Amino acid sequence: MSNNKEWPLWEVFLRSRAGLDHKHCGSLHAADGAMALQLARDVYTRRQEGVSIWVVRADHIHASDPTDKAALFDPMADKIYRHPTFYELPDEVDHM
Amino acid sequence: MNAPIAALNPAHVSYVLRIADGSLILAQRLSECCGHGPALEPDIALTNIALDLLGQARLLLSHAGALEGQGRDEDALAYWRDASQFHNPTLCELPNGDFAQICLRTFFYVAWQAQLWTALSASKDAALAAIAEKSSKETRYHCEHLAGWVVRLGDGTADSHARMQRALNYLLPYTNELCVDDDIDLAAAAAGIGPLPSSLNDAWTAQVQAVLAEATLSLPASTPFRSSGRRGQHSEAMDYVLAEMQSVARAHPGAQW
Amino acid sequence: MYTQAMDIPNTDGPTAVPAINEQAREAEFNERAGRGEIVEAKDWMPEAYRKTLVRQISQHAHSEIVGMLPEGNWVTRAPSLKRKTILLAKIQDEGGHGLYLYAAAETLGTSRDQMLDALHTGKAKYSSIFNYPTLTWADIGVIGWLVDGAAIMNQVPLCRCSYGPYARAMVRICKEESFHQRQGFDLLLALSKGSEAQRAMMQDAVNRWWWPVLMMFGPHDKDSQNSELSMKWGIKRISNDELRQQFVDATMPQGELLGVTFPDPDLRYNEARGHYDFGAIDWSEFWNVVNGHGPCNKERLQARVDAWEEGAWVREAALAHARKQAARVAAAAA
Repeated sequence: MSNNKEWPLWEVFLRSRAGLDHKHCGSLHAADGAMALQLARDVYTRRQEGVSIWVVRADHIHASDPTDKAALFDPMADKIYRHPTFYELPDEVDHM
Repeated sequence: MNAPIAALNPAHVSYVLRIADGSLILAQRLSECCGHGPALEPDIALTNIALDLLGQARLLLSHAGALEGQGRDEDALAYWRDASQFHNPTLCELPNGDFAQICLRTFFYVAWQAQLWTALSASKDAALAAIAEKSSKETRYHCEHLAGWVVRLGDGTADSHARMQRALNYLLPYTNELCVDDDIDLAAAAAGIGPLPSSLNDAWTAQVQAVLAEATLSLPASTPFRSSGRRGQHSEAMDYVLAEMQSVARAHPGAQW
Repeated sequence: MYTQAMDIPNTDGPTAVPAINEQAREAEFNERAGRGEIVEAKDWMPEAYRKTLVRQISQHAHSEIVGMLPEGNWVTRAPSLKRKTILLAKIQDEGGHGLYLYAAAETLGTSRDQMLDALHTGKAKYSSIFNYPTLTWADIGVIGWLVDGAAIMNQVPLCRCSYGPYARAMVRICKEESFHQRQGFDLLLALSKGSEAQRAMMQDAVNRWWWPVLMMFGPHDKDSQNSELSMKWGIKRISNDELRQQFVDATMPQGELLGVTFPDPDLRYNEARGHYDFGAIDWSEFWNVVNGHGPCNKERLQARVDAWEEGAWVREAALAHARKQAARVAAAAA
């Protein structure tokens, strides 16, 4: 849908404070990476929402297909032994 | 502030007002662009710069009013002085022109501010030093952002290059004024309030010329032209800027907003 | 409202009738959306759902950026530096909101350029309210208080809308907008405590904006196109008339605080209903404005077109520079 006159689309990821992961917060259009970073700062951190920014060209993202959702994720539903609550321990063993 | 500074109060006040007025008038010009940018993102970015400049102006005007000691606050100084009482460099008041001119003019001024803030951090006027300290962070970003645009447009298409070159030819002579000392500067510098403008010249020139070179622009021949806004003698544009900015406030003397 | 698209005849042309197997899929989709399940960008969706969303979200985005213009009209004249700062930040937020919304609509496969083209050629609409002029400083306060107040009423339910990217954009927007209405009311509060001239300015602004603001909520429910389907899909959550009533009820005590009156002789509290009654809206005015014949339609659109056309060389130059830089990097690596 994009034409060659439109600035490419970038996805913006913000780390809201030290110690947390970067999280997707939105998108913007910019001509190049340096501009995308600066504009992300101006568009998405006007209220001190972040301390670090990643920008990624939207067309460089490989995403899973929603129609594969069942194949990809449903098989994990019965792997209950991966969760700590699967195991019943004697009361004496308090924190494990 | 403190006793030794009070002795040369008039020069001190004028020195601070010049810096305040530069931020205010440039913010006023940039605010005209809000909602009319070449795309949404740069529109938002430019407004951030306008907001920062406006914030600097408010702090500096309040400080100047306090130094002056006649009860004038930021609004009294912004809305109730006439053109000849404003001391911003003429560069700040010129009409916006196209996006090339907007970017280059703002770049010239914020690059000058960057040098100024650094020097002011050693000011004996502690309040002024604190404002400079705070402003220097935002100014560093402004320089980077605007230098990016100067380079992009200078080294973009043939059309954008021609526009940026035209902006450079028009604006560069107005920067002569930024680095020329007068009595106020000499008095303020002698008192340790702030640097002589001439002392900022080399660093400013180096910073600007590096960007202009990257933008593939050629420096126009130097000219004896000298604007005089810092002395209160402005271009024809200035009175229009103020007429617009002050119209509502002046229609309601004494009103609170 | 900012999303009057719901109520305005569709100009995209009819949507093709889906094939039989599509119909089953669509029924399942409708059922899921009705249960409040969230739809994401790449999920399957009926073509009509996609079209409706693109229309509504892009109109919402257009409203934000056209909405920058009437307020921008006063930013250079704001009577104090504090008010100038607030107004500038607010207008800038609206640009940001337009941007978030365009991005949300782009996830549906329409580019921002296509949406802007629809705006510039007059094919796409934006909220009727921005076709009214801002004539005095008090208009800035009234826009914050009433226009943003009305917008918030409509926007808060959209945070729960069925389309994920739209809902997330609305969450961010509502969070940011919470200061917009307050600053407008605060501005008016200052006028209400001011001189007689300031109070008269405020009253005049309320008189001019009141009816257009009530029209923002769109036609009465019985005359509202597409409303039912949008409700079913969870794109719209509360009806026009309900929102309008909520707005009037919330606004009356605030108006009392400001000491303003409203230009409606039928406006009074109805004990039996527990709501304020209000007079009949002049829908011919609404449709005139929607169809391009309001006081500022031509100017608003022209301002957008001018900014876009005057910015073309800038956008092009930035791309050209990016290509040059990429080529230089590639050459250096080779």
